Amino acid sequence: MNGSLAAERRGKTILTVVLSVICVIYVLPVVAVLINSFKLNTFVKTDTFALPTGEMWAGMDNFIKGMTFGNYPFWNSVKYSVVITVLSTALILIGTSMAAWYIARVNSAFCKALYFLCVFSMVVPFQMVMFTLSNTADQLKLNTPWTIPVVYLGFGAGLAIFMFVGFVKSIPLEIEEAAAIDGCGPVRTFFLVVVPMLKPTMISVGILEIMWVWNDYLLPYLVLDLEKYRTITIHIQYLKGSYGTVDLGATMALILLAIIPVIIFYLTCQKHIIKGVAAGAVKG
Amino acid sequence: MSKKLFALVLSFSMVMTMLLAGCSSQGDKASEPPADNSQSGTEASQPVENNNTEAKGRVYWLNFKPESDEVLNNVAKMYTDKTGVPVKIVTAASGTYSQTLNAEMGKSEAPTIFVIGNKSGARDWSDYALDLAGTPIANELTGDEYNIYDDNGKLVSIGYCYECYGIIVNADLVAQAGHKVEDIKNFETLKTVVEDIHARAAELGFDAFTSCDMDGSSSWRFTGHMANLEYYYEQEGEMWKNCPPTLTGKYMDNFKNLYDLCINNSLTAPTELSVGGHDAAEEFKTGKAAFTVQGSWEYASYKEALDNITMIPYYCGVSGEEKAGLNCGTENCWAINSKVSEDDQKATMDFMVWCVTDPEASRILVDSFGAMPYKSAVECTNGFLLDADEYRNNGCYVMNWATNFQPNVEEYRAALVSALNAYNADQSDANWASVRTAFVDGWAAQYAAVNG
Amino acid sequence: MNRKKITRGNTIRRSTRKWFPLFLGPVVCAFIIGFVWPFVQGIYLSFCQFKLIADAKPIGFGNYVRAFKDAAFTHAFWYTALFTVVSLVLINVLAFTVAYVLTQNIKGSNIFRTVFFMPNLIGGIVLGHIWSMIFDGILSKFSTSIVMDSKYGFWGLIILMCWQQIGYMMIIYIAGLQAVPEDMLEAARIDGASKSQTLFKVTIPNVMPSITICMFLTLTNGFKLFDQNLALTNGQPIIMQEGGTAIKTTEMLALNIFTTYNNSSPNAHGTAQAKAVIFFILVAGLGLAQLAYTRKKEVQQ
Repeated sequence: MNGSLAAERRGKTILTVVLSVICVIYVLPVVAVLINSFKLNTFVKTDTFALPTGEMWAGMDNFIKGMTFGNYPFWNSVKYSVVITVLSTALILIGTSMAAWYIARVNSAFCKALYFLCVFSMVVPFQMVMFTLSNTADQLKLNTPWTIPVVYLGFGAGLAIFMFVGFVKSIPLEIEEAAAIDGCGPVRTFFLVVVPMLKPTMISVGILEIMWVWNDYLLPYLVLDLEKYRTITIHIQYLKGSYGTVDLGATMALILLAIIPVIIFYLTCQKHIIKGVAAGAVKG
Repeated sequence: MSKKLFALVLSFSMVMTMLLAGCSSQGDKASEPPADNSQSGTEASQPVENNNTEAKGRVYWLNFKPESDEVLNNVAKMYTDKTGVPVKIVTAASGTYSQTLNAEMGKSEAPTIFVIGNKSGARDWSDYALDLAGTPIANELTGDEYNIYDDNGKLVSIGYCYECYGIIVNADLVAQAGHKVEDIKNFETLKTVVEDIHARAAELGFDAFTSCDMDGSSSWRFTGHMANLEYYYEQEGEMWKNCPPTLTGKYMDNFKNLYDLCINNSLTAPTELSVGGHDAAEEFKTGKAAFTVQGSWEYASYKEALDNITMIPYYCGVSGEEKAGLNCGTENCWAINSKVSEDDQKATMDFMVWCVTDPEASRILVDSFGAMPYKSAVECTNGFLLDADEYRNNGCYVMNWATNFQPNVEEYRAALVSALNAYNADQSDANWASVRTAFVDGWAAQYAAVNG
Repeated sequence: MNRKKITRGNTIRRSTRKWFPLFLGPVVCAFIIGFVWPFVQGIYLSFCQFKLIADAKPIGFGNYVRAFKDAAFTHAFWYTALFTVVSLVLINVLAFTVAYVLTQNIKGSNIFRTVFFMPNLIGGIVLGHIWSMIFDGILSKFSTSIVMDSKYGFWGLIILMCWQQIGYMMIIYIAGLQAVPEDMLEAARIDGASKSQTLFKVTIPNVMPSITICMFLTLTNGFKLFDQNLALTNGQPIIMQEGGTAIKTTEMLALNIFTTYNNSSPNAHGTAQAKAVIFFILVAGLGLAQLAYTRKKEVQQ
């Protein structure tokens, strides 16, 4: 008995060690971005995993170049990336949670059809609509950071509604009923009673949307008015010259700047995020 | 889409924007500028029409070279300050020009100037290009050699500048190795000098050629430019007017001569070229190599670093090549969008004429582009283009850019890069045979794919 | 009880119904703009020849014929299928294994969870840039690169996808594993079931819902993969067939469609749109079939 316990403990220690090694490998790509963002361009491909010491050290040059090249101000692209991500995510969360609650509770034929359409839209690849979508968005003047969220809401509604409906269906009706008896109309019932209960799914959906919108390249590139508005991902693409020459050091510096906010955001609220993803997925 | 439905959708989207502005105002610092911007965004369909009647035309140049973005914006600003006509410059991200053009041309405010740089482009976009024959801008041209016609002989685009490419030599380094640039007259003499320098690289402290990377940042120097020597000689003096459906590959051995010389006598071993990441320009500028395969657009940056540089032709072992000159041509060609309003077309034409006649503007553009083939444009100061003129004046033949006829350019070159990669790793006859397949049969296949 | 519940639901239903414009209006509008209209127009365009949408001319099934005749397209299909199967199996097996291990009271499992989930936050084209740098860095030590051999491209993309997705799937599996009723596991232990018996007879059937959702996600993600494919190999290396037809050995469906768009043939846009419709039917068919199949299994359990 004692022997098997000891064996089990030993097994767990081995597992911990193995997992730790995998962990290190897992963060390696991010570390690689970090060290290469301080490395001179020519050494990035030849000495990718070496620390940027001695003749390889580029100091802050890569960051300065990344932020000042061309005539498009880098801070504008940061601003627009934030605007688009925040507005789109907010719009998607509010819009789709309301729609999902309505669909789950009213459940008319129209709602069922809409729900089916949403599930259906989840499997439609972007290439199917990219040409027509950019055209429609242009005709409706959805080509600014403040209007492009409408496009994101439209194309991203499917997954969000799918996840919200799954969750709403698992909420017992009694709570909303009690609210109705207390004299709450549907609007107050939704915002005061249902929304607090939706929090885990909100987080889960929110993460997915933030990840998608923040990292998206093709959709904003095709839709936005590029003269005035660029996002960070678009800005990074402009580091390449027309003859394909690319400053890898500066690219890595910009990538680092693009992922730092996301990683800080993740580390500060990782508990909620992981809980949210888990809750959202199981119920959905 | 019926107008009613359109209006309905538009109004709904406005409702949503307002809803969104309301919802996000607590958490979003950036909502201050949005307020008026989102208004102008959603209601833009009307003001735009107003603008058109008031400002009498607009100019929108869809540019395809990221490095020219800054210069073009400066020139655009000069013009707007002077005339009040809005000039918008949008630059496609690297390698995405055709994709950007597809998207932008479909938009309500489509580009008024776009680039048709080769024969494929001329065929594709001919329906959208104004016939430029006899227009004010065409009348400013010094000659016809940089114009592009479609298959029906319509003048779809005209060069706004021209360039040349060849082998750039650091004359000082060649002298240091005990040779003279003037002695390089053909492939044999080039080979002697190059191989001698490469053999003594350790002792000399520099090598013959810069790295010949095959990644996206440099493969075009071979698949686009060096390949031109094969196409050029294959024309046998009868310049192509249209894309030939097939190639004979008669001068493949000459292409191989020069290509082998480059990859086997350079700073980087051929087996390591597929990764790329070597900065050939930096290598050349810091004196690590005496030769590099490049074009006139690099002149300013090279001249800043080196005193004594010159460009020599692609010597490749063709008989009579002592009379060869540089590869001159252009893919920088203006086309005017024929689908935009007449006001826009006129404004665009005025802008183009101003670009090539205004001393200040043409100075900026010439300094950036090299040379402009227009009567009133300022003189070119690009050393390599002056070299090209000198060859011409000495009775050498100019090698035209037959490369511009490559069918389905991107795909054709991608296949060639792949074959060259395999060849670089192992320079066997079998691997060269597949380079030849990609070069010759690939041409026919892409021609068929595009025209079939 | 049942009837009572329905009537109760009705009161909420009735009072909510008239709020249709507020609750559904915005989403329906955006959905029409961002999905339905472009989608319908896309299907229409697949039967047209066009350069720009404004000048589309209907030509019947020509685009579909061209799409099916395109050897590169069929190659991309089989390649995508192979890639999807391999990545689906690998990601799910690895994610499940990690989740299983992490639910066994391992020290520091919270830290592991945090780290494994992190790559999810980096996406698309940025991810491609990072990994192509890493693969170049490794392979250049052996004087080769990811575009030299289609094997490298394939496994490179698999590694990238595993790195990105295992964390997310792992979280879903952990949640599923934690929801397995303790008394069932207890009962199995009392009955003298071995660890592996418990795993296959009790645990796995109980996490079927998680398996369903993870399979669905990895399947559609695999099929729809684009950015990473473009950034990593862009289809290289290329094999020339008899007669000069080029086959991009590592090109997946989405990338094939994308490059067809930017091809300079006058038929390119229509053909690409037809390919997109075929592609969509495939993804939709597979995804929904898979959902239906595993859902049925869940019910049977």
